[in-house]
Amino acid sequence: MTTTGQFLFAPLLFQFFLAVLLLFLWRRTDLQRWASIFGNLTGLGLASVLFLRVWRGGALSVQAGGWEAPFGITLVADMFSATLVLLTSAIGLAVAIYSAASVQELRLRLGYFPILQFLLMGLAGAFLAGDIFNLYVWFEIIIISSFVLITIGGERLQLEGAVKYFTINILASVIFLTAIAILYGLTGTLNLADLAVKAKDIDNQALFSVSALMFFAGFGIKSAVFPLYFWLPASYHAPPAAVSAVFAGLLTKVGVYALIRIFSLVFTADPFIYEFMGWIAILTLFTGGVGALVQNNIRRVFSFFIVCHIGFMIAGLAIFSRPALAGAVFYMAHDIVVKANLFLLAGLIFKIRHTNSMKKLGGLYAEYPRLSLLLAVPLFSLVGIPPLSGFWPKVSLVLAGLEGRHFLLVGAMLLASFLTLIIIARLWAEVFWKNGQAPEIKPNAGYFPDMEPKRRALLVAPIAMLALASLYIGFAAEHLQLLSERIASELSDPASYIRAVLP
Amino acid sequence: MNTIILRTASNYLLPLLLLFSVFILLRGHYLPGGGFVGGLVAAIAFVLHAFANGLDNTRTLLRIHPGYFMPLGLALSFLSGLAPILRTGRPFMSGLWFDGPLPAIGLIGSPLFFDIGVYFVVIGASLTIIFTITENA
Amino acid sequence: MEILLAIMVGLLYAAGLFMILRRSLVKLIIGLVLLGNGANLLIFLLGRLVKGRPPIIPEGSKALAGAFADPVPQALILTAIVISFGLQSFAIILIKQAYKVVGTDDLDEINATDEDA
Repeated sequence: MTTTGQFLFAPLLFQFFLAVLLLFLWRRTDLQRWASIFGNLTGLGLASVLFLRVWRGGALSVQAGGWEAPFGITLVADMFSATLVLLTSAIGLAVAIYSAASVQELRLRLGYFPILQFLLMGLAGAFLAGDIFNLYVWFEIIIISSFVLITIGGERLQLEGAVKYFTINILASVIFLTAIAILYGLTGTLNLADLAVKAKDIDNQALFSVSALMFFAGFGIKSAVFPLYFWLPASYHAPPAAVSAVFAGLLTKVGVYALIRIFSLVFTADPFIYEFMGWIAILTLFTGGVGALVQNNIRRVFSFFIVCHIGFMIAGLAIFSRPALAGAVFYMAHDIVVKANLFLLAGLIFKIRHTNSMKKLGGLYAEYPRLSLLLAVPLFSLVGIPPLSGFWPKVSLVLAGLEGRHFLLVGAMLLASFLTLIIIARLWAEVFWKNGQAPEIKPNAGYFPDMEPKRRALLVAPIAMLALASLYIGFAAEHLQLLSERIASELSDPASYIRAVLP
Repeated sequence: MNTIILRTASNYLLPLLLLFSVFILLRGHYLPGGGFVGGLVAAIAFVLHAFANGLDNTRTLLRIHPGYFMPLGLALSFLSGLAPILRTGRPFMSGLWFDGPLPAIGLIGSPLFFDIGVYFVVIGASLTIIFTITENA
Repeated sequence: MEILLAIMVGLLYAAGLFMILRRSLVKLIIGLVLLGNGANLLIFLLGRLVKGRPPIIPEGSKALAGAFADPVPQALILTAIVISFGLQSFAIILIKQAYKVVGTDDLDEINATDEDA
């Protein structure tokens, strides 16, 4: 057992430590704010160190308790996992800062920060899990924390959203668990690397494909693909903006991560699955885009965008060539940053105007020109206007699609990009350029203009931070391209992953 | 549920069940048992007490809110998992044992403390859940 | 025995799905509980049934001899049961709260999230 692999525990254990620490500070919400911000800053540092180590030295793995794989609980960090853990920590930091300034005291008293930290721990765990049952357990930690976050505060909209979110997510878990049961019955192992080895000599290929489809259904619900996405726009606009930002940035992506991991490592033999995925991607791109077109609430528009843009990643997986996977991974990194930022932005707009309806909004540019320019960065990054971050992965995906002769898929991707452009242009015109009226003043409602400068800075800082990140992704695209090509080459050649786990 | 038999019995059963839960907790490493089951038995002891004597009486008996057991147990489990990394540099949650078994308790090591942590988390979580549901009923 | 259990698993899944498709909140939760139990039983079944041979090494020997029950599925089920216990208790409180706030048990009337505002 090498000591270098040990470091893998650090980001995960630190999140756990922070969550427990925040639990001990249950009543001291003022301390919780600062503990959460500085803790997440440290977490970001640890995740960066992990990222650099994996970048220099290749995939790391470690067995909890020293029980050898495939019997023990394995944690693996290859480039893909390390990147996502890094992004999770970055979003975690941004959301912690934003929450400190925006979430109401009432919610903080009910344990908002500890639960948020458990959610971030679950996400990091899911990205690092090296066996499929642990992946399930981390998923459950994620959904339990997200249930609490979505209901905390107990408004009517939240509870109704929670009922939908809850039902469909539990259903997804049951499907996932059933698929695990079948896979275990077929192979007698749960370790992902071991599964990849044993998958080739399974006699009952039909049942194996059934299990693959069940995994696709289970993770498909979690990552909100057509036709299983309807829960997402029904629930993501209900909780506070900070919570929606974590959900939008990371929760659906963890489903996509699981899909990419499983379908590049274990279920690679069956071409039918990839063709099926292609159709799902086309329909997801189309329905998500059209759904966003008819919405008036900006948070609901962004919710449909989440659905729509998941289609790009699924498309990359469906094409399943090295450039396509690189495009999907690149898109995922860009999407995590931008989607989280969009919901923070919607929350900020709500703080300024006290509505999220496009019809009632307007005149933001006249009133806050500099802030509007900042908000333009995530909006137009999402569209992918050339130097900005959304453009590069789309180019890779479209080129990969043309190369693989998936013309319908390419058409759907272009249509979805076009729809995104129309909607964002309309949103920009309605919210920022149209003449708007000042909101009716409600006392004690916590308006942005009435806040003291420190709190305003805390609200704007995370948006600026994520905007800078997406500018970096856009203008230094070659870095990200290099990274995603390396991830893609690791994904399309599972031997390196297997070697890291099973020596 | 206000019968005199149950009320009298529950007063005797509470310490007995708690003792039993500790017994299950301690025999857990090599035989069926452990922190989870032990914690459930302990929680059931309090639930039975609450059944017979009312929730308020159980609350005063417990003195602190059962929710406080959760961070306590989590911290204990966390530290016992961390101990092997700090002491010997072996992976998280490796077993770290003291030499020589103690009478009636057996071998003492980090897994035992992990189990005790689980025990507290289970008591805390299940009592919080059950008390909350009972309160709102 | 395996046939019986397989039928049981199928029944649990069917009953669970049926209950989910009803319009009442309470039935929805019952359906989810049944589905979860079906999945647990399926894991148990796929670990292959062995009667009366627990995977416990007897005192004095170092390894298990002969056929024994696979301990992994049982560990999985235990974990899954604990998780579903947590989820279900949360669900019960959630639907109670939702009933209190929304004032209906009918899923068709829970549609505030689709209103445009």
